[in-house]
Amino acid sequence: MKPVYIEAIGVVGPGLESWQQAAAILAGDSEYHACELPALKPTMLKPNERRRTTLTIKLALQAVQDALASNSYPDLSTVFTSSDGDMDIVDRICQALCLPDHPVSPTFFHNSVHNAPAGYCSIATGFHAPSTSLSGLNGSFAAGLLDAAVQAVVERQPVMLVAYDTPWPGALNRFRQRRSPFGVALVLHPQTSAQSFAELTLLPGAGGDESKMADSRLEQLRADTPAAASLPLLEAIANNSTVRLVLPYLVDEQIAVEVRPCN
Amino acid sequence: MPISPIRITAYTLTNALGSGVDASLHALQSGRSGLRPCDFQDVDLSTWIGRVDGIEGQPLPAALSRFECRNNRLAHLALQADGFIERVDDAVCRYGADRIALFMGTSTSGIGATEEAYRRRDGRGNLPDDFQPATTHVIYSITDFVRSYLQLKGAALTVSTACSSSAKVFAAAQRYLAAGLCDAAVVGGVDTLCLTTLYGFNSLDLVSSRRCKPWDANRNGINIGEGAGFALLEPEQAGGKGSLLLGSGESSDAYHISTPHPEGRGAALAMRLALSQAGVAADEVGYINLHGTATPSNDAAEDAAVMQVFGGQIPCSSTKGWTGHTLGAAGAIEAIFTLMALESGFLPCSLNTEQQDEALSANLLLESVQQDIACAMSNSFGFGGNNCSLLFGCDR
Repeated sequence: MKPVYIEAIGVVGPGLESWQQAAAILAGDSEYHACELPALKPTMLKPNERRRTTLTIKLALQAVQDALASNSYPDLSTVFTSSDGDMDIVDRICQALCLPDHPVSPTFFHNSVHNAPAGYCSIATGFHAPSTSLSGLNGSFAAGLLDAAVQAVVERQPVMLVAYDTPWPGALNRFRQRRSPFGVALVLHPQTSAQSFAELTLLPGAGGDESKMADSRLEQLRADTPAAASLPLLEAIANNSTVRLVLPYLVDEQIAVEVRPCN
Repeated sequence: MPISPIRITAYTLTNALGSGVDASLHALQSGRSGLRPCDFQDVDLSTWIGRVDGIEGQPLPAALSRFECRNNRLAHLALQADGFIERVDDAVCRYGADRIALFMGTSTSGIGATEEAYRRRDGRGNLPDDFQPATTHVIYSITDFVRSYLQLKGAALTVSTACSSSAKVFAAAQRYLAAGLCDAAVVGGVDTLCLTTLYGFNSLDLVSSRRCKPWDANRNGINIGEGAGFALLEPEQAGGKGSLLLGSGESSDAYHISTPHPEGRGAALAMRLALSQAGVAADEVGYINLHGTATPSNDAAEDAAVMQVFGGQIPCSSTKGWTGHTLGAAGAIEAIFTLMALESGFLPCSLNTEQQDEALSANLLLESVQQDIACAMSNSFGFGGNNCSLLFGCDR
């Protein structure tokens, strides 16, 4: 498959406020403090829209906003990927369905679609280009990266990949491995440009041992949270490394990614 | 990288009209609707639904019991019809299981399993130990199940963009084939009745208490249905028989989370992109299977979009009055209705529509017609302003 070029990055997670701050941590220039998630305020959404959104939607949009802070695009295709979507809303709807008269909130219901973050993103950005929302379970980041790269190469258009996951709430929590809230946005371009950070060549079908993080707290984050499977890639970019990474994909399968710095 | 036409070498569907292509075609030709007054579980809404008979009595094979939920049961039931499994097995022999991708669309996947688990919570609010959300509830579950059942090993994902989900899987397959990441693809859509969508759409005042009436002056909402559709897609040059996927168009409204752009801006863009990718002029298209949900705003927006792109001559119909709105399965089911129209020349009427709204101008079929056509479009539009149009053509 032809390579794609990353030209904008956004990150948000526990102790990670932005790509700029995360890059310094991943390059070893500053220390990682695994604290709470920073306050999410995706101002790209108007206050009246933002008020109706959830943590999951805000998390995805915060990553988008960070990626779009340095580059502006008149229009952009998007690929949103998340293992399970917004389980907070599922919990609230399923509780309401057990009550007399089943009082499901209309706002929760329309926010319950897997593509709600993508919908709010298009409303905030005005992007009319194609948008998809998908899942590959624990391999959702690699599934999204592959889908976005395929779109960029075949359609010859830049594509923004947005990967995000949030913990399962309440009674659901014990049925899922521990998850931290994490969001990442990458703008992939089919051609290199002055803005390109790194060249990625995806090798589906190539397997091996998953790439891991040296820092134990970041490794925990990576192993727990599907969207944070992006951390080895982000680390390679922050260090201008030339490296072959192995990312978790479908059940018991991996995708290899060759990363090379640009410029 | 140009997009080449894709051949649909096999397909099957199951919905409220029955299981398999012949059941749907016979129902359409004999004017028999699949809608019935709501009798799903203990739902106390006054509405009509498109329920598939027999799901309750057909458990999954024991080896796949971890996937046990209504949605995966419907997928399993649907896969038994039309010799579809044999056609996939044949493709596996020709290409290898690792070269066949699987793209499934769903809106709510197996959320019914979670609704049911919440009803079985103990006095302290704990969910039952036998609840397995990672293989039933989650949206990847449907792909996981079908991939395991058909023993496919190629690229896979679930697309979940509400009611356009299983139209977009056709576009995904086109791209993966063009990129050389697979030699064939199984695509499909499956969604099942559940309390979340019945009470959720009701909370938005979008559920009709009568049979849904697309484009009618008195339309007042949807009837929710369930169903599954599957198709096997191969490159045109691979030979074989079957109609072609000529083009797809996808767009975003960028307008509102649950209401379409009033002038159908995103819908028109999706239709234009499908035509332009296929290199087909609007007047070469002989039929449109509308999204046609029968809500006042959806039909008005789609009508405006059809008029902008095609004008008022092209025969159109919504098949929601036959099956109900099968949500995330609608894209695949209606793509297959469109293929059936191409191959049989039978253009089904928009059932239940009595008096077309004077404000709507599309040429809506109030009676079914027999008419040979060379190209036909299927429209799917979802919450989040997510649009997808597919253009199919007869083998040339």
